[in-house]
Amino acid sequence: MMAEINRNATQINATIVGNKRVGQYHQLIINIGEISNVCKPGNFVAINVGGETSKMILRRAFAISRVSNNSTFGGTMELIVAPFGQGSRWLCSQSEGAVLDIVVPLGNAFGIPTTPVAVLLVGGGYGSAPLFGLAEVLNARGCRVDMLLGASTAGKIYAPMEGKRSVNSLRIFTEDGSMGQLGRVTDPIATLIEDLNIAVIYSCGPMAMLAAISEITQGTDVVHQCAVEESMACGIGICMTCVLPVADELGAVSMLRSCIEGPVMDGANVLWKRVGKVI
Amino acid sequence: MTVLDFSTTLGNAWFASPVFTASGCASSGRELAQFFPLHEIGAVVTKSIMNKARAGRAAPRMAETASGMLNSIGLQGPGIDSFIANDIPYLLEQKARIIVSIAGESIEEYAVLARKLRSVAGISALEVNISCPNVENRGLVFACDLDASRRVIDGVRRATGGEIPIIAKLSPDVTDVTAIAQGVVDAGADALALINTVLGMVINLDTMRPHLGGKTGGLSGPAIKPIAIRAVFQVHEKLPHVPILGMGGISNGGDALEMILAGASGVSIGTASFGNPTALMSIQSELKELLVAKGFSSLREAVGFAHRNQESESQ
Repeated sequence: MMAEINRNATQINATIVGNKRVGQYHQLIINIGEISNVCKPGNFVAINVGGETSKMILRRAFAISRVSNNSTFGGTMELIVAPFGQGSRWLCSQSEGAVLDIVVPLGNAFGIPTTPVAVLLVGGGYGSAPLFGLAEVLNARGCRVDMLLGASTAGKIYAPMEGKRSVNSLRIFTEDGSMGQLGRVTDPIATLIEDLNIAVIYSCGPMAMLAAISEITQGTDVVHQCAVEESMACGIGICMTCVLPVADELGAVSMLRSCIEGPVMDGANVLWKRVGKVI
Repeated sequence: MTVLDFSTTLGNAWFASPVFTASGCASSGRELAQFFPLHEIGAVVTKSIMNKARAGRAAPRMAETASGMLNSIGLQGPGIDSFIANDIPYLLEQKARIIVSIAGESIEEYAVLARKLRSVAGISALEVNISCPNVENRGLVFACDLDASRRVIDGVRRATGGEIPIIAKLSPDVTDVTAIAQGVVDAGADALALINTVLGMVINLDTMRPHLGGKTGGLSGPAIKPIAIRAVFQVHEKLPHVPILGMGGISNGGDALEMILAGASGVSIGTASFGNPTALMSIQSELKELLVAKGFSSLREAVGFAHRNQESESQ
């Protein structure tokens, strides 16, 4: 197993072929050629930012929201980027034709059920982006896919029109009630598990949301596959900064790297209350 | 066309290339093997290993700074027995040269580690990390204390019986790095590694508290390069016959050459690999080209060149 760390990962110069503002976010389309064939939902990309004279020395990691193997440009990947930090602002300011130094694909992938079961996808903020590509894969597997999206306010909801095609239902929650229902995205989960006979929950978003879902699924048969987001310096497993406390089957706790032993983790094994503490 | 002799030596260990990973920035090699063959660099310097498995410090463990970063890992690792059973065989299989970095909480722990490694075949040298800044008690940073530094190296020396070169890794966070260097060389170090990270801190403006879980962290990257060049220059001036493995912010061939001109016999690449997984490869080829362009026929000729005065150069 260990010999396969970063398998398929390649460092390439890749051209931006699309950059469009979508609400508070940017949708970037990047030409990655044949590498699109080995990218799976859950994988991420690490991008050099700021140009050659930049004082930003670390790559920025972004979840791949979707890949296309047969677009007019050859293989492409889509990223949904929130221009909130220095590095992501630089990335969003790049125009079509700009060339990026990227390492892709990185990290593990969401596990896809071998039989068609009912699944629930839960996204917080722009964390919803990779769930739409995942929905397509699950849909093709014959799963019934329902989706919940949540954010503090309407502007932070990412829900593209075409994304709705792959889901059976889509409900939106905002904490200020400016879009969809007033409340938190985690509010209806317990009821939905019962009503729809949910077997797997896939989640992506802030750590507090992932922890809350794990609390709901605790003691049930529902599998919770969550994509974690911990700040990382390298994305390839050498810096040891992006670690989370995770228990194995025997209960032994270790600090696992969310870049190579994630970003997809079994929510039941992550010790959410000990994140940020010495184990 | 002249053929460049790119090889170097640290103590009695010979390496085909002077470009190495830096301990703590390459794990035990597996992660980087996807990006380049590990046997094409001078050696893999493995992440400092302790006697027992260790979980390390609380998150957040990282903060990017201008042209640098702070890390606060706290020596997370699997412990020496697992390392010898799993990591050494992997590196040997890759035909990589291996420098094992060791860290201890006590003088005795270093000796125990050295004793366990003494009988392991295929290790080119030991790097004795006496300068990790990410420990709870600053009193444990042996490299900040002349006597403690000497005692650690002396203990390792006795444990290895002089069979394997010892590289002492020093901290720049001292008043006179040359005094510590002299002390560990007297105690039996064959070579020196300069510099470990520089102790630093970032305050988070949202929480208005120290950003890192461990509060302080080690600063690395281009921001500390001039400190590293200075330290290597000073130590080489005082101990011109002691080989130095130079590190601190090297991210291109020019940086590597600077370090060699200051007095380093080899360079370790750390933080640059975080931003660029093929950094070691590009630095290695750029350094070769630069040495040839500057008229050197061997790496050795360039080591410490910055110390030679203009007159002796023209003679």
